[in-house]
Amino acid sequence: MAISRSEVEHVAKLARLKFSQEEIEEFTVQLSKIIDYVNKLNELDTENVEPTAHIVPIYNVFREDEVKPSMDRDKILMNALYKENGCFKVPKIIE
Amino acid sequence: MIGLEVHAELLTESKIFCSCTTKFGGEPNTHVCPVCLGLPGTLPVLNKKVVEYAVRAGLALNCTIANFSKMDRKNYFYPDLPKAYQISQYDLPLCSNGYVEIEVDGKVKKIGIKRIHIEEDAGKLLHENTDGSLVDYNRAGVPLIEIVSEPDMSTPEEAYQYLTKLKSILEYTEVSDCKMQEGSLRVDTNVSVRPVGSTELGTKIELKNLNSFKAVQKALEYEIKRQVKVLEEGGTIVQETRRWNESKGITEPMRTKEEAHDYRYFPEPDLVPIIVTDEWKEEIRKSLPEMPHHKRERFIAEYGLPEYDAKIITSSKKMADFFEKCVLEYDSPKAVSNWLMGEFSRLMNETGKEIDEVPVTPQMLAKLLKLIDNGVISGSIAKTVFEEMFGTGKEPEVVVEEKGLKQIANENELREIIKKVIAENPKSVEDYKNGKEKAMGFLVGQVMKATKGKANPQLTNQILKEELSK
Repeated sequence: MAISRSEVEHVAKLARLKFSQEEIEEFTVQLSKIIDYVNKLNELDTENVEPTAHIVPIYNVFREDEVKPSMDRDKILMNALYKENGCFKVPKIIE
Repeated sequence: MIGLEVHAELLTESKIFCSCTTKFGGEPNTHVCPVCLGLPGTLPVLNKKVVEYAVRAGLALNCTIANFSKMDRKNYFYPDLPKAYQISQYDLPLCSNGYVEIEVDGKVKKIGIKRIHIEEDAGKLLHENTDGSLVDYNRAGVPLIEIVSEPDMSTPEEAYQYLTKLKSILEYTEVSDCKMQEGSLRVDTNVSVRPVGSTELGTKIELKNLNSFKAVQKALEYEIKRQVKVLEEGGTIVQETRRWNESKGITEPMRTKEEAHDYRYFPEPDLVPIIVTDEWKEEIRKSLPEMPHHKRERFIAEYGLPEYDAKIITSSKKMADFFEKCVLEYDSPKAVSNWLMGEFSRLMNETGKEIDEVPVTPQMLAKLLKLIDNGVISGSIAKTVFEEMFGTGKEPEVVVEEKGLKQIANENELREIIKKVIAENPKSVEDYKNGKEKAMGFLVGQVMKATKGKANPQLTNQILKEELSK
């Protein structure tokens, strides 16, 4: 297996996803297959190849530092599940 | 060993990836748009000025500027981060390998700067609500530079000096206003201790909630003592994040927001890499203003200021600018420097105000100094006048008029007062005549008391002597 059960559990936890034991089992097999497939790339000699950051050779796409009007707050909050005092409301966070 | 991470908000007009304003304050969620809210289908476009400002800071901090740099995604869930990832830089930051020179106990020490990268700020959580937290995304997407030092500092004092110097350079280059009270400068620190002579690194503790440079220094002092005590008692230091409790003066463990610090960085697919050519870099270098140490040397040479004065006046660009404007109007640099380092700084410390928040202008200070020279007010009354100007923004001559603080320089008027003082203090007059010089000082004091400090000092001395020798 290219990936262990506990690694799958860890990744699921980071992504805030909950799975049953069976699902974890199934994903471990599936993900391992995917990784094995991608691992084929390791057969290539990349010794003198620069890591690719972006596949298209385009650089320096910028905008000028200009302020434009922001969006109307009512519109911004329109799809918010919970809102209060012009803010998005989320479950209580305690630091 | 102490290392510092400093986040500074850049002084751009618009956000890093969209055209919303970066203005501080404002009603919650009025400086937001689909891009900084990370709504589906939106794409970020990098603000050119963010790159320029970061490079400018990097050059001022003696960094190597990367010819090739890219943005990366840092993934974590937290409600102040609308996209559930922060666009930052990971392995190819814009600037690296710089340094800052600090002075501790008269010795110069180089503090290394590991890297400076650009990233977006997060929103703000408001906890006032009882059944939930409220989120304001106005700050989300405000451009930041994160400046990571090498763990080169060995005392809290060095950390304080490093921060002071760093702030001064960032203000000089005008890339950030560095207002800690508005959160535009934020400091985290890492600290570990090890026995003298040991080369092995101790366990690192991260400190948060440091709201001023003094808090950084105090928190470090406390934390170093705590760690030494734990080790001396045979305990071990557990790696953790601790929070500085200002009112109790202690550090305490903090609940971490992300149990696993696994940010799964990867290249940001929505943004193309950045190339800073030598040409662009030199263009930015040319735009750098005079740096603090050059200004200091110039102030010594041009204005004849003592080194101590020059150092203090140039530690803040705003104060240095104020000084130069004031000297244009009032040609006695040392007097201006005395006022800036004395009364001006004292009142700024007391009120917690920056020089540009004080209503006194360089022209107003110059006028006040002229009033002293022209004998309109005495030096000690000038302090009272200044305090009023500092509080109200009134012109000095208006304050003098309103409060009736004009110096008594009328000989006849003063002579009458002095005669009265002499008549009321026969014992001191007797003492003086018997050769007790001190009695003279007492009598001058009585004259000042009678005139509420408004008597012209030279004239008072002269008349007193005349009257006493009669």
